[in-house]
Amino acid sequence: METLALSDEILMSVEKPARYIGNEYNMVVKDPEQVEIRYAFCFPDVYEIGMSHLGMQILYDMLNQREDTYCERVYSPWPDLDRILRDKKIPLFTLETQSPVRDFDILGITIQYEMCYTNILQVLDLSQIPIFAKDRTKEHPIVIGGGPCAYNPEPIADFFDLFYIGEGEVSYPPLLELYKTYKKSSMSKQEFLLKAAEIEGIYVPSLYEVTYNADGTIETIQPKYENVPAKVKKVIVTDFNAAPYPMKPLVPMLRATQDRVVLEIMRGCIRGCRFCQAGMVYRPTRQKDCETMKKYAETMLRNTGYEDISLSSLSSSDYEYLEELIKFLIEQMEENHVNISLPSLRIDAFSLDVMRKVQDVRKVSLTFAPEAGTQRLRDVINKGLTEEMIVNGAREAFQGGWNKVKLYFMLGLPTETDEDAEGIALLSERISEEYFATVPKEERVGSVQITASAAYFVPKPFTPFQWAPMLDREAYVNRAYHVKDTFNRMLNKKRLKFTYHDQDISILEGVFARGDRKLCGVIYDAYMDGAIFDAWTEFFDMSRYERAFEKNNMDYKFYTERERSVDEILPWDHIDAGISKDFLIREWENAQKGIVSQNCRSFCQGCGAASFGGGVCFESKN
Amino acid sequence: MKVRIKYTKTGPMRFISHLDVMRYFQKALRRAEFDVRYTQGFSPHQILSFAAPMPLGLTSEGEYFDGEFNSVTTTFDMVETFNQTASPYLKITDIVILPDNAGNAMSVVTASDYIITLNEEGNRHITADKLEAGVHFLTEQQEIMVMRKTKKKEVLTDIRPMILKAEYSDNRIYLFLTAGSVNHLKPELFLEVLCENMDIPYNRWDYNIHRLETYMDDGAGNRVPLIEAGRRF
Ligand code: SF4
Repeated sequence: METLALSDEILMSVEKPARYIGNEYNMVVKDPEQVEIRYAFCFPDVYEIGMSHLGMQILYDMLNQREDTYCERVYSPWPDLDRILRDKKIPLFTLETQSPVRDFDILGITIQYEMCYTNILQVLDLSQIPIFAKDRTKEHPIVIGGGPCAYNPEPIADFFDLFYIGEGEVSYPPLLELYKTYKKSSMSKQEFLLKAAEIEGIYVPSLYEVTYNADGTIETIQPKYENVPAKVKKVIVTDFNAAPYPMKPLVPMLRATQDRVVLEIMRGCIRGCRFCQAGMVYRPTRQKDCETMKKYAETMLRNTGYEDISLSSLSSSDYEYLEELIKFLIEQMEENHVNISLPSLRIDAFSLDVMRKVQDVRKVSLTFAPEAGTQRLRDVINKGLTEEMIVNGAREAFQGGWNKVKLYFMLGLPTETDEDAEGIALLSERISEEYFATVPKEERVGSVQITASAAYFVPKPFTPFQWAPMLDREAYVNRAYHVKDTFNRMLNKKRLKFTYHDQDISILEGVFARGDRKLCGVIYDAYMDGAIFDAWTEFFDMSRYERAFEKNNMDYKFYTERERSVDEILPWDHIDAGISKDFLIREWENAQKGIVSQNCRSFCQGCGAASFGGGVCFESKN
Repeated sequence: MKVRIKYTKTGPMRFISHLDVMRYFQKALRRAEFDVRYTQGFSPHQILSFAAPMPLGLTSEGEYFDGEFNSVTTTFDMVETFNQTASPYLKITDIVILPDNAGNAMSVVTASDYIITLNEEGNRHITADKLEAGVHFLTEQQEIMVMRKTKKKEVLTDIRPMILKAEYSDNRIYLFLTAGSVNHLKPELFLEVLCENMDIPYNRWDYNIHRLETYMDDGAGNRVPLIEAGRRF
């Protein structure tokens, strides 16, 4: 597109004008007049983040494969442009045709984290589309939400016409066909929504009635009409190997956060860590075969010109063809100067050997995610990583020349005590001791550096911890201080570093993650008070939310600090992520007793995901 | 072998920063499967060197970078091949082999020429007559003293000798200005001075500025396009 939506003067007055001009290599060009459906796909955060998201690249490609559809992209304008668009009343536009989002048939918004909720309102508002679904008519785009936050969409239910629960590869064809009929006929919006609710995986929030008990908990969630399902079950791709995948991904001009070829080798995770939502809602684990991955790697590198490639999965070490694939990529690397990055690898002899080949050990740090400081607590969260494994891995790494280690922890986990918190410092100290024991003085180049960082534990829906209370703000900060004090008592404290996350953003994330529909008003008020880019500490301001809660006569602690009973009706109980409540309760009880559960490959826990008829549940097992 | 590549930067790509243009070419050269030489070691990179960064907002059909290649085919073939997997707004137009002793693209630049036109916004409050009169007025001056900002201080400089040519015809200004590390005159500064003298409020975004060519000294006192340092093949 040669003509741009913004004038040169505006573009030159904002930071990074390249965010708004489109025309990236591999951008899809179609004539909007020649398609039946104009689909605006939004990632409600800044361009560099949105462009890094694999799911969006997959759906962009999949939707554009359809001749009747033109899928274009839109991202959140950075606060500098936000102000200009408001002042000058310029409607938000898509990158491809630089045309107003409000003229589109569908606005699909992928919702990857809770802290982008006000950015969703920003996108609707700047597009000059009514923020509340009830105020939108057939004249406006249908607004669809998807992504992990759609598993509990209640806090944003009032802003969406419908939510897509599960993987986009499955139910878009019937939904788009229905949309075409709707557009061409005299069908009303309400009739369209009723029909859409009959499609698998489609949840239409306005068709459900929620009633509350006097204490604010939910009494019932019921469909208002006969053909609307009482529970909406997620949809997933069972033939994962054959699932659509973009061979010509967009190549941004600006450096994006993830700016490389990404190979999705596996979806889901066999491990079953009890705090991890992704590990639960993406069940069952499915993987792609090695030949397919090799072919994709070659084609995508050629089609993009990238010099970097990365593997994507929740736990790459569990990918069955990892060795073969990595061997192939290393050969490619030597021939074609391709850099390989390997996130989410378990540290062991094999991975260290591979990493030595693909990166400069002196420059990069080794990452472990023990998540908890003591073995007791690691058993509670079902993190099958023992202190021995960590220390052995570190020793081998030190022998191999590494001297920087990063450790990730959570604070405020269920059953956590001061002793567990201290364990974070003790484990870090133990690793530093291992360095001095392993590496003789004359071989020490630079010196060992251990960085431990702690995030505030946030319970998520569809995890065994969905009933758990969060620590209050003070207790969290105190516990973080306690860890810091313990670090200061360590002998090697000069080699150790401890950092922890901001508590207010995590508290709010906790509110939204397990929130109900009553929060729509709070989010709206916070937005009207100026909240956008809440995931960015430089823009986040808790006082906006404090005012919003007050205005709505609500207390955020109801959502965070309360322990829920397993009998309580949860705001997301009408969504079916494919894992049974019985399983989650069992795991919650095991957690409290510190009982470890085995992974899907060694012993099936009967979580319910086998009902999808594919993946790890049907691979040969003992 | 050392090669010099000439490229265009037009349309929306006028908003892509110099750093991003370099990253673009690194990928585009790989898509075209050119036999570029790489550095050794972990994370090897292509050996490329770009001429001076161009300010955002400017378009150009006379930009250059030098590279080291292991092998080449023909100029014609390489230009064709490259542009098949290039952005229509960042294309290459020529490629030559440089003699071993050629200075790099960054250091040899001595001049650039430009076409300046009023855009829609500019046409609203500036008349062509005034612009034309402004160009005539400036070219008739013996000296044009201007305060110029250097890195640390402001100095009063005569920019008249830096204006090699300034003409007005067919609703456009043609400018030939000295450029490079010494005596670099930006077309924006010329416009600013013109506006000041003609009592027109200056706003950079009333104008489209397009660079036609980048020049170097041929050793005999002539200014020739950078591409002439090498030979086509
Ligand atoms: S049914 Fe068993 S194998 Fe399948 S995902 Fe659940 S626990 Fe894993």
